[in-house]
Amino acid sequence: MLTVENFGKSFTTHHLNQTRKAVSGISFNVEKGEFLGIVGKSGSGKSTVLKSIYGTYKPNEGQILYDSERFGTVNLHEIPDHDLIRLRKTEIGYVSQFLKVMPRTTSFELVVLSLLEMGVDRVTAEVTAEETLRHFDLPEALWHNYPNTFSGGEKLRLNIACAVVKAPRLLLLDEPTASLDQASKLKVRESISKLKDSGTTLIGIFHDLEFMEGLCDKVYDMSARAVKETV
Amino acid sequence: MSTNDIVMSIRDVSKRFGEGCEACREDTSILNGNICPDCGTVHAVRDISFDLHEGEILGIVGESGSGKSTLMKMMYFDQENTSGDYYLRSYENGAENVFDVSSQKKREIRNEQLGMVYQNPLHGLKINFSSMTNIAEKLIAGGSRNVGEMTARGDMFLEKVNIPLSRKFEAPKNFSGGMQQRVQIAKALSNYPPILLLDEVTTGLDLSVQADVLELIKEIQREMGVSMIVVSHDLAIIRMLCDRTMVLLNGEVIESGITDQILEDPQHEYTQQLVYSIL
Repeated sequence: MLTVENFGKSFTTHHLNQTRKAVSGISFNVEKGEFLGIVGKSGSGKSTVLKSIYGTYKPNEGQILYDSERFGTVNLHEIPDHDLIRLRKTEIGYVSQFLKVMPRTTSFELVVLSLLEMGVDRVTAEVTAEETLRHFDLPEALWHNYPNTFSGGEKLRLNIACAVVKAPRLLLLDEPTASLDQASKLKVRESISKLKDSGTTLIGIFHDLEFMEGLCDKVYDMSARAVKETV
Repeated sequence: MSTNDIVMSIRDVSKRFGEGCEACREDTSILNGNICPDCGTVHAVRDISFDLHEGEILGIVGESGSGKSTLMKMMYFDQENTSGDYYLRSYENGAENVFDVSSQKKREIRNEQLGMVYQNPLHGLKINFSSMTNIAEKLIAGGSRNVGEMTARGDMFLEKVNIPLSRKFEAPKNFSGGMQQRVQIAKALSNYPPILLLDEVTTGLDLSVQADVLELIKEIQREMGVSMIVVSHDLAIIRMLCDRTMVLLNGEVIESGITDQILEDPQHEYTQQLVYSIL
């Protein structure tokens, strides 16, 4: 499903005349329906790897091959921008700890919009959005509020809801549970588990290793530059 | 890979203000910014090429004088190009360079296949005529003659942009800046053009009105599937609206990509300066 080959990324800051290598020599592959966890200390480049798969960062070395439904096998960094945008709308999801949304759009509408951009009709989208917000325990009183009035945990749950509702083929999770309480974490875990059962391929970074236990099929260790299978 | 959904193609488009001398016409690397040090000719837009896809919002950013508005004006035939090609899927299925067609045809394309919203409503509206008359003017230019149909269309679009119908016969000169922009958007959309050009449409509006206009633009894109080109110097607006973004400097595209990539991993020195300046 996804093969990362000898991937490397460095950042050049022109005004400092400086180039900093963030990661190099990363190789792994993820089969369809598998969950790969990425572990490593802060600054080891975990997020850089995820953002490069999603196309937010431009890699300098190696390639990232993805078996897409629409275009067949593509190198995510060589396909035209427009095709990558299409894959993001229909196949590849990304969740981070930060919620960036249109101003003055209600939480309910945000979940609906995630579905509309996939081509789902509005009536179905609204029904699904209700179910999803309910699943993530977002109080009904907040459905028609703007997310900038939400607590950190509520924002995160909404963020995850917007990504999960699309049931993407490949979902990238960049520490989405970082500041959630135990109950919310369990909800997220339940959804991820359900997605996995339905065949979604997942790659995730989680601060808390317990969360990953029993959920990941294998773990990529940034310091060892190697994958180990888990039970 | 997916080329059948391209609604507009711009190829090697340039615009010079001035004749240019042999030196600057041959080699633009001698320019000081975008001005020829020998003859003073301004090379406002230089060899720009890009495609616009169906339903896409493309952002164009750059400092004042970078050529953003000149490029938009050429696309709307407000200004003539010096060289380059311009194809529209809606005109002869993209087979003819529309820069080369007659003025009559250009007027038709402008009225039926393109919508333009200017930064200054005075450029897009007849400010002393009513909102309904403004829309009717665009519809008549597009070939409509039936008064009942035109009024119904005007009502529909004014409602869409939240202008109270009780004020449809009032001149936009009495309206607030945000309302004037909304009337401009209604007018620009009234012939259902497949492409909408928006030039700094939220500049000068207060934040709350700006949010209204942004919401409206997104809604139109979702509901009508219109492709858009948005020129702005406000990167927050570009982040909210645009799928892809091109960065212009001295009339040239120095960087282009998916919007979050441009904002989070800018490659060019100028784009980095721009991004690091976000408040």
